[in-house]
Amino acid sequence: MVRINGEDLDVAGKTIAEYLAGTSYDLKRIAVERCGEIVPKSAYASTTLADGDSVEIVSFVGGG
Amino acid sequence: MTRDEWNAALIARHGASLHEKFSNATVAVCGLGGLGSNIAISLARAGVGKLILIDFDRVDISNLNRQQYKAAQIGMPKTEALRENLLAIAPFLQTQIHTERMTEDNAARLVREADVVCEAFDDAQAKAMLVNCVCEELPKTYLVAASGMAGLASPNAIQTRRIGQRFYLCGDGVSDVQSGLGLVAPRVMLCAAHQALTVLRILTEEYEV
Repeated sequence: MVRINGEDLDVAGKTIAEYLAGTSYDLKRIAVERCGEIVPKSAYASTTLADGDSVEIVSFVGGG
Repeated sequence: MTRDEWNAALIARHGASLHEKFSNATVAVCGLGGLGSNIAISLARAGVGKLILIDFDRVDISNLNRQQYKAAQIGMPKTEALRENLLAIAPFLQTQIHTERMTEDNAARLVREADVVCEAFDDAQAKAMLVNCVCEELPKTYLVAASGMAGLASPNAIQTRRIGQRFYLCGDGVSDVQSGLGLVAPRVMLCAAHQALTVLRILTEEYEV
């Protein structure tokens, strides 16, 4: 299981790009943190989610 | 007021140890709207030594509902107007201003010198761009970003979370200005206060939220 934004999901083995493709996130508005480190956007397609990973996807909203 | 008097007053309030940490720090404030102008004033009052202030925009009449500018400053670049206001409060503050738009190409260079970077933009894509750039290109720099402070929802929904080792996020995470909620001074200031306090905590090595 991979913990994404506090929820345990059965997505181990997928890349971050593959996982995101099945969601409604706008890729231009997000930052992805995996086990405490930011994942560069250029690495979404090559970073495979592993069992036990903890991922936080921050989706920004406007206003400031 | 002399520099010695200013330092003595801050030492009396904060103690010599905190004053040394604050006064030796450089903080970048990216975006000088409702968040950035309030963050900068809080940090200047706390005695942070140097602020890097970045914004491409000019003061507009529509900013006065929540941003720390004056009617007489309408039309001025926000960088120059805010520097004027900051120096009226904290005359010994060092400032470095950049009146330009931050992009993937210049972001890391503009804030390289900072110990902590505050993301204080209005636009969601710009927020994400800066967070990704700083975290990828400046791995030793702390970043305090904001998302979700529009409207009149509960003040208690505004929180600070530590997302990564050096990445903090303030706000309620959901109140989007694009859903027509508008932005009011107290809720934006609450979020700005979370960001400014998080900066001061980082400078004193209090990393947990």
